[in-house]
Amino acid sequence: MTTDRPNRGIALRRTVAALAIALAPAVLASPPAQATPGADTTAAHTHSAVTSTSTSTALSTATGTAGRVATDVATDCKPDDSTACVAVVVMNDAGDRIADAEVTITGPGGFEETVTTTADAPVSVAVTEVGRYTLTLDPASLPADEQLPPGAPTELQVPAQTGGTGRAAFRVGGEAAATESPTGEATTTAPGDDATDSGAGTTTEGDAVGTAPEGDASERAFSWGQVWQQFGSGIRFGLLLALASIGLNLVFGTTGMSNFAHGEQFALGAALGFIAINQMGMSIWVGGLLTIAVCALTGVAQDAAIWRPLRRRGTPVMQLMIVSIGLSITLQYVIQLLIGGGSERILSANPRPLTLLGITLSTTSWISMAVALVCLIGFALFLTRTRLGRATRAVSDNPALASATGIDPDKVVRVVWILATAFAALAGLMWGISFGSFNWQLGVQLLLLMFAAVTLGGLGTAFGALVGSILIGLVVELSNLVIQSDLRYASALVILILVLLIRPQGILGRRERIG
Amino acid sequence: MDEFLRILTQSLAELIAPTTAAYAIAAIGLNLHFGYTGLLNMGQAGFMLLGAYGFGIATIAGAPFFLAVLVALVAGLLFALVLGIPTLQLRGDYLAIVTISAAEIIRWIGRSTWLQEWTGGASGLQGRNYKGTFQDLSPLPDGRTAIGPLEYINTGSDSWWTRLFAWGVVALALLFVFLITRSPWGRVLKGIREDEDAVRALGKNVYSYKLQSLALGGMLGALGGVLYVLPITIAPDAMGRTMTFFVWTVLLLGGAATVFGPVLGAMIFFGAYMFMRTGMRALSENTGVGEIISTTNVEQIGGMLVGITLMLLVIFRPQGILGNKKELAFNVR
Repeated sequence: MTTDRPNRGIALRRTVAALAIALAPAVLASPPAQATPGADTTAAHTHSAVTSTSTSTALSTATGTAGRVATDVATDCKPDDSTACVAVVVMNDAGDRIADAEVTITGPGGFEETVTTTADAPVSVAVTEVGRYTLTLDPASLPADEQLPPGAPTELQVPAQTGGTGRAAFRVGGEAAATESPTGEATTTAPGDDATDSGAGTTTEGDAVGTAPEGDASERAFSWGQVWQQFGSGIRFGLLLALASIGLNLVFGTTGMSNFAHGEQFALGAALGFIAINQMGMSIWVGGLLTIAVCALTGVAQDAAIWRPLRRRGTPVMQLMIVSIGLSITLQYVIQLLIGGGSERILSANPRPLTLLGITLSTTSWISMAVALVCLIGFALFLTRTRLGRATRAVSDNPALASATGIDPDKVVRVVWILATAFAALAGLMWGISFGSFNWQLGVQLLLLMFAAVTLGGLGTAFGALVGSILIGLVVELSNLVIQSDLRYASALVILILVLLIRPQGILGRRERIG
Repeated sequence: MDEFLRILTQSLAELIAPTTAAYAIAAIGLNLHFGYTGLLNMGQAGFMLLGAYGFGIATIAGAPFFLAVLVALVAGLLFALVLGIPTLQLRGDYLAIVTISAAEIIRWIGRSTWLQEWTGGASGLQGRNYKGTFQDLSPLPDGRTAIGPLEYINTGSDSWWTRLFAWGVVALALLFVFLITRSPWGRVLKGIREDEDAVRALGKNVYSYKLQSLALGGMLGALGGVLYVLPITIAPDAMGRTMTFFVWTVLLLGGAATVFGPVLGAMIFFGAYMFMRTGMRALSENTGVGEIISTTNVEQIGGMLVGITLMLLVIFRPQGILGNKKELAFNVR
């Protein structure tokens, strides 16, 4: 124990800092939301439904008004269970829509249509087949003063899914656009899909995790039904987060390393699941099991190739942590190579809603929650009832003492790596299925929430991760009752900082770990 | 051959680019944290973004150039205090977790619609809105100047004036770090890195020294953020985790706990990174390699190589190019 002895000065400083941070949420809560300009692109944010379930009502606000269009294509597209839509808009620097630009839409099955944009709404066409559609803008049809900036793409690709609208936005005009903002963006929305702005550049770090709740607190009447619904979403978030973060906590407990690459293991589960189930057309169960097996193999391989040799050399834990950051960067770009820079959906079909106890979530979400719960209970039984589980806890407690009693720490750590990566992959896979779409940045964003969860529960304690995750899940999903929905994740991280101020060892942690 | 010369020129230009200088400053700040004090700050990009916002918003509000820079420095200082006060008494990785989270909070707040009036939301602040005061300071005459193969305008966004100013600041920061790390204050910092308890036994307040180091390094980070946005725009998404990890790679490549390490690291890193990317792009456009590696994959392969470089560096040469293995901060608890 080497911390400075607490004295009045420290207590005072801590109190001041606690007050300062405690005030932050209050400040966040106070100003009302302002209307967002460029409503057609932000519609994706504000209107996509919270629960993966509601029907196309949210989208019709954005696409249903496209009536006055001078083409013979079915432009008034409303997505439903058997129809997918592709919508396009051409915008200038100021965010105004440009009329009379010609865009050709081509896609699978020889689909080809040319549409003309209007100034008052995005033009949408109904397409028959699910898949990727390419939109090509004819630069000659643009007004002379609103030309494409040099280097801007004339082609965008959007995925179309039944029950959803794939959106593409071309940005034209202005010199600034050429260098200073993403010049083209393709977004896709579907009921329950999360709001995703994937900029054309692959280096931007937009946010595309989880679902975007229905607007902000100020735009919506408060009701207890809504709170209950969001409570359900919070439990779903918490259970999946718990499944992911027990691995992080186990690795920390047994090796003392904060594994920054754990988020990528989570995203790898979603990415490989997408490849196996969506692209290769395997059934969910076969593809899912294969994904988990492959990810567990990456865990074994990592331990054998990187972590065990480094442990043998007695490499300090901090050095290991930076190695894991390097691994995290590498894996992040591997995932980007695998699935590309856009957002993808594992299941292309429209989710079916199911209401239990007054909470409406998609059927796949309920199944995911049940699977997560079974896995968590099984894991708890493993830790408390089996020989290997008890050995794992012994190694987390005191590796030297554990090996003195005949436990092989290397074997335990290998098992821990397998469990950690397999659980992370399962959680990532179920996340991708039940939250709609995901992109390559899923990992790092979830990693921070996992850190918040395990710190809240108690770093290195097996059951702390569960308690912390459920709490973080609830905070994230319920916070938009009070603050802006695009700051939901920030609220979880503010809680992390507050926890470190008040009870650094976490809810279930012990004092000596934090030293 | 022409193609090769062009790639070489571009890589050479990257050595003196203002963004390289900005990364060098941020790495000098991180060096104060990690190299000299042993603090694991994983949120240097947060300091940079906050500095950039402080500078940009103050300038747009009408502040003169040096006042706006001061605002940026104060923003970095306050951020360091808010982060340091709760975490510096805990084990090292808590600081890492909190700083990476806090940097993300800053980015999320920056890109949210909540403060859009000031921060410009996800699209950020346009360069032309805040560059005026800086460009008015330029003593250089109008026109263009070419030195060797490099030719830029004298005053403007991507200009000689930006480069002169940025590298001037780097030189001043190097002098500052050189002087303070030789002072008694700097020796206490190194003592904390080597053995906190021994320093405490000498009656030094370790917590206070760590906080001072975090604040100074954070202010340098904020200054790096100002330099970073002078030639471009303030875009929150360009200043996220990837930036922090690049700053770390720069520092570890050059050598932590050395004065010139961050600068050398920044030059080599960005020169090589540019060479690799333009080289791969040229290969994929002009030769058969394009069948396998498309131009869009070049960025991704580049990023992967950065990650692998960081791993190999930390495993096989943790002291970097200039460092001394005995003076390594990895042994902190």
